[in-house]
Amino acid sequence: MAEREMLLTRQGWADALLELGEKDPRVVVLDADLAKSTLTSLFKEKFPKRFFDMGIAEQNMINTAGGLSLTGLIPFVSTYGVFVSGRAWEQIRTSICYGELNVKFGGAHGGVSVGPDGATHQALEEITIMRVLPKMTVIVPSDYYETKKAILASAKINGPVYVRFGREKVPVVTTADTPFEVGKAIIMKEGKDVTIVACGAMVAEALDAAEMLEKEGINAEVINLHTIKPIDKDALINSVKKTGCIVTAEEHQMAGGMGSAVFEVLAQNYSVPGEMVGMNDSFGESGQPRELMVKYGLTFKEIYEKSKKVISRKK
Amino acid sequence: MKYPITLTPKERLLKAIQMRKDIVEMTHAAGSGHPGGSLSSVEVLVHTFFEVLKIDTDNPKWEDRDYFIFCKCHITPAIYSILARVGYFDPSTLNTFRKFGSELQGHPSRFYPKGIEMSGGSLGQNLSITQGIALGLKAQGKANRVYGLTSEGDLQEGNSWEAIMSAAHYRLDNLTVFVDYNKLQIDGNVEDVMGVAPLDEKFKAFNWHTIVVNDGNNFDEIIAAIKQADTLTGRPKVIILNTIKGKGVSFMENNAGWHGKAPNDDECKLAIEELNKKEQEILTM
Repeated sequence: MAEREMLLTRQGWADALLELGEKDPRVVVLDADLAKSTLTSLFKEKFPKRFFDMGIAEQNMINTAGGLSLTGLIPFVSTYGVFVSGRAWEQIRTSICYGELNVKFGGAHGGVSVGPDGATHQALEEITIMRVLPKMTVIVPSDYYETKKAILASAKINGPVYVRFGREKVPVVTTADTPFEVGKAIIMKEGKDVTIVACGAMVAEALDAAEMLEKEGINAEVINLHTIKPIDKDALINSVKKTGCIVTAEEHQMAGGMGSAVFEVLAQNYSVPGEMVGMNDSFGESGQPRELMVKYGLTFKEIYEKSKKVISRKK
Repeated sequence: MKYPITLTPKERLLKAIQMRKDIVEMTHAAGSGHPGGSLSSVEVLVHTFFEVLKIDTDNPKWEDRDYFIFCKCHITPAIYSILARVGYFDPSTLNTFRKFGSELQGHPSRFYPKGIEMSGGSLGQNLSITQGIALGLKAQGKANRVYGLTSEGDLQEGNSWEAIMSAAHYRLDNLTVFVDYNKLQIDGNVEDVMGVAPLDEKFKAFNWHTIVVNDGNNFDEIIAAIKQADTLTGRPKVIILNTIKGKGVSFMENNAGWHGKAPNDDECKLAIEELNKKEQEILTM
């Protein structure tokens, strides 16, 4: 497998906020007593008057951000994904999305790779419950650089944006110079036998799976679907027209997640055999991140196996 | 038109009658809506919109305006009535309320009609939005004042108390919140359904300047309370208005059944006759 540099995605979030803070005095940050963990503490140090700790009260944090946006500020809201997307879902739905308010959400600690904190803190449902909201943009960047670019890009969108990132260092699969456009998937590797589409940390796993397949003469195309909504229909349809089958991979519930979003597009436009890699209707548990990824079938191995299976299903 | 202006006592009473007629006619025409809590809020809206708020109905997004946020958003008959009567839009459209294609949605959208600052309808949320606006203005060193209208039903939501906590924490003395405390909710008496009393003690314990108005449907008492609130600094202010649900239409008063029910043809006629009679009394005062 390729050796890759390991960096924190949440550092990408924090670095982007610092850059935005310098550039635009309207940018403010809110956290719910987790600033040290989400690294918004760095913004707080540099711009103390533009940082608001809202205490452990997520519903009020979201709507405070909504109120701040109504005075012309651009609030970035930060806490763990479970609490921001789940606890305050209806605040996001009715105040932020129905009101089309210019609020950005940083959902930290996504996925089982959160590790020892266990199931209560491992967000596995955010893609589903955020992407069903009208007006919402949903981005799941793959690494440090992409997280930073996603946050910078979100500031240019006038409306709600949810960006999901993780706790652990993850392999770097893009570079500072890789072009990033919201809603435009990145073809990480071209291929003709099977399409593997992944988001977040699963992009690195997909590249590793493709490498394994290549050794057996199977030529996989790997798509980094960093934006789940609006979804890049053309990239998906064009790829499966070429490969004739697809595997989706996400560190998230399969129900309603990135894979579901992909199959919603393909079922209505160009149906091909498909397989999914993701959490199978289960909560996580405590453990080391890698142990958990292995136990719940969220590695290159499952992507490799599902790729072979889906190829065998091609007519 | 620019506000605030000054009304005579008689003009205030007449504007309140006008709003009550609007509320009855709008809910009757719509065949649904919330007359009870709309009627209890009339006096505070008349005084605040005409005589307190710095607003310009020809320039609804005027940068220096005062903000008024509705937290009890089911009272759209009262909301749309006051916005139309101060001149944000033509009162002749009030009869489209709740109908397909109308700007006058059952619960307000942020985008229409003019004069609305924020969408709402899900209780507990807009007090949070209100103090967020106050925080944003204060953080930017702006002098705009922020007012909110909530109710004890809204205060049963946990989100409201999170908002009350943070408004005090951030010492938002640019914020004044009215509580339309009419003691009734859909399922009956508030204290039977889920008690919120003592509201004044609760706000005090959360570090708010707390003013209680004994008769929240009395203009003189409302005016005095707002004057008192204007002198208070350092902390957010709450004015608890003890009001009567259904106020001004005798058969709707203190009756939870009129929380979310529209008057039929006969009831509408009866209510309008009663309001016309009161109007004549005021005119001959």
